[in-house]
Amino acid sequence: MTRADVAAVILWTGATLYAVFGGADFGAGLWDLIAGGAEKGARPRALIERSLTPVWEANHVWLIFILVVLWTAFPEAFGAIMSTLYVPLTLAAFGIVLRGAGFAFRESIRSIEAKRALGASFALSSVLTPFFMGTVVGAIADGNVPVGGDGDPFSSWLQPLPLFTGALFVASGAYLAAVFLVVDARRAGDADLEGYFVRRALTAALVAGAFAVAGLFVLHADTRYVYDRLTDQALPLVVVSALCGLGVLVMLLRGARRGLRPLAVGAVVAVVWGWGVAQFPYLLPTSLKIAESAAPPETLAAVIVVFLIAAVVVLPALGLLYWLSQKELLSGE
Amino acid sequence: MPLLDALPLAASQSNLLAARELMAFTLAFHIVLACIGVALPAIILTANWLGLKRGDDDAMRLARRWSKAMAVTFAVGAVTGTVLSFEFGLLWPRFMERFGDAFGIAFAIEGIFFFTEAIFLAIYIYGWKRLSGWAHFWSGVPMVITGIGGAFSVVTANAWMNQPQGFTLDAGGKVVGTDPLEILFNPATGYEVPHMLLAAYMVAGFLVASIYAVGMLRGRRDRLHRLGVVIPLTIACIATPIQLFVGDTAARAIADHQPAKFAAMECIQETGPDQTEYIGGICTDDGVKGAIPIPGLDSFLVGFSRDTVVTGLDQIPDNEEPPADTLLHLSFDAMVGIGTALMGLAIWFGFVWWRRRELPRTRWFLRAVAVSGIASVLALWCGWIVTEVGRQPWIVQGFMRTEEAVTEAEGIWFAFAGVLLLYAGLGTVAILVLRTLSRRWREEDEETDDSETPYGPPGSMGLNPEPGSGNRPVGGKGVA
Repeated sequence: MTRADVAAVILWTGATLYAVFGGADFGAGLWDLIAGGAEKGARPRALIERSLTPVWEANHVWLIFILVVLWTAFPEAFGAIMSTLYVPLTLAAFGIVLRGAGFAFRESIRSIEAKRALGASFALSSVLTPFFMGTVVGAIADGNVPVGGDGDPFSSWLQPLPLFTGALFVASGAYLAAVFLVVDARRAGDADLEGYFVRRALTAALVAGAFAVAGLFVLHADTRYVYDRLTDQALPLVVVSALCGLGVLVMLLRGARRGLRPLAVGAVVAVVWGWGVAQFPYLLPTSLKIAESAAPPETLAAVIVVFLIAAVVVLPALGLLYWLSQKELLSGE
Repeated sequence: MPLLDALPLAASQSNLLAARELMAFTLAFHIVLACIGVALPAIILTANWLGLKRGDDDAMRLARRWSKAMAVTFAVGAVTGTVLSFEFGLLWPRFMERFGDAFGIAFAIEGIFFFTEAIFLAIYIYGWKRLSGWAHFWSGVPMVITGIGGAFSVVTANAWMNQPQGFTLDAGGKVVGTDPLEILFNPATGYEVPHMLLAAYMVAGFLVASIYAVGMLRGRRDRLHRLGVVIPLTIACIATPIQLFVGDTAARAIADHQPAKFAAMECIQETGPDQTEYIGGICTDDGVKGAIPIPGLDSFLVGFSRDTVVTGLDQIPDNEEPPADTLLHLSFDAMVGIGTALMGLAIWFGFVWWRRRELPRTRWFLRAVAVSGIASVLALWCGWIVTEVGRQPWIVQGFMRTEEAVTEAEGIWFAFAGVLLLYAGLGTVAILVLRTLSRRWREEDEETDDSETPYGPPGSMGLNPEPGSGNRPVGGKGVA
């Protein structure tokens, strides 16, 4: 494995963690959005707020991590992506501002009307942001980002595969969030809410699964390089994802909760890595290879060292944060 | 896009202007929050420490409230910082694809600091209720360290744009080798980083103190408000004299490293010894209009002698000249002027505190503190205008021009309009939320209920209404 490959693995690790933790936070926003009126939605919203409050900012940092690793280790790919897909990226950036600010502000105030307006900003942008991010990923996989950049600002992502990927991002986030909230509701001893999120997790699992399967058909029609590898080298990962997804469905229906979250996470992780393996050795299929786009070796070494330090410093701290949060030692009021 | 092509503004020169204005606006917005994020944790922990060590309930109350406000400012800082990361690529894709592998290294390190800060900030902000006093205090300490580390990384990346080194180019101008340590510790790191760190402590300190000074001017002169002035003001006033020294060193280093920037910010037209220092005024091609001239002082400040030769704009090739006929010179003087005035405030406060262990009694002192927050933000902005506009026309001094770096994407002005609206809303709501918090706290002070008792389930420890006595949080030793 070359240094460039290691850097690509680091990039994908960041993308995986963002897809899981950032994705679940976005998904929670979707459930917040459709939880109904102030009274009807009060209880699910309270659970969502309690689960999200201490961790969402840390989860958001994985996005910064992805950007930084991409522009440092693969500057050419970064320039090409940014100068082509600037429309969905700008919309995603707007969404990030509205979501983060909306959530933080809502948590700090008490007036119902203000909470409603800020909550709408948080929840609506929680749906739009991952959608646009998904279109970016889909456009890259679809081979619509030319080397050197300056691809078409609209036809690069207003295509079946990018749009499907956007929808898949929203659905898989909703699925993860619902599963996490099932476990949180169980721990809070709230059987009603647990059932509430079990129903939503089942719906989201089916929708996400449907999008994934439909996406395979689109891929088959449009993007043969990725499709061929996905059904060949990456097939084991696709199978793992499907099995994890089925396992989650069975556990949800049978009321089993232990191991539910890892299984749901496994389904998403397998898809992200399936995509990575399917694209290999390209960063921009099929025009820019990982090795061609890579920074000088000294820079790659620096990125790898920084990642190792992060693994030693950040991951234990993150573990501590999740542990304290799960033990309910952290509270807003 | 035929629609967009029809617009006269879509031309490339217009893109450069739009991209620069957008970058400047979003940076100016974010930099204030960044300062708060870097320095407020130290201010909060000072209050928290006083609360624990001396059993000072007022200090504890302040620490708890400031941490709630920090939850709001940190969130806004995190999202506006993310926007900047996007903008590097969206506005300057040619810069990033050519120099991302050199410029980016500092940001990779910043990532670790920011991540760690976000984690411990969450633990600290949400840990008041259930963690024990000292465990909670120590969970906040990493925020101070990571704030300093994060500021180092970001500012050293900017320093590298001013004094680029540590990379080799091939014949086509592509970076083919890097030396990460040379990039991280470039000649401008030594003055830019401390200058910005001290600025962060000054901005955060003066801002918080100014809010409580306004409260005192409105008649709320209880111990809580006095402490709310004293703690942040002390920290800011310690930073101020060091800042004057660092700033002075920085100006001399710039005269040496970036003579074009120095000539533009001091409005020096002709190279030579015995340069006049112009205080204030508008810089034009024929010299400074409406300034107070002090003969020879500029040469003296640069080399401690009136004989020191200072490079003027006449020595800079026309196409490498910074835009000297803008607000560059005034910005520099405004920054120095405000810094000097804040030094006066620090001396006043320090002298009275040394003699009497209390705040100066005149309302003029409170008025001065009340404007110090805004003044320090203005100085901060002016300083960044000098750094960034003074580096023009370069994005990477001597290696890449800003016009080569800018995107060809259409519609930057639309994005700018959108961002203006978004940030206007963001700023307004953030201030409204902070004011709501402040009003709620004021009502709580009037009721003196115990809803804010830290370190235990509600009601387990009553908060004594008398300030400075009574309830001792876990780990506290008693009233000094």
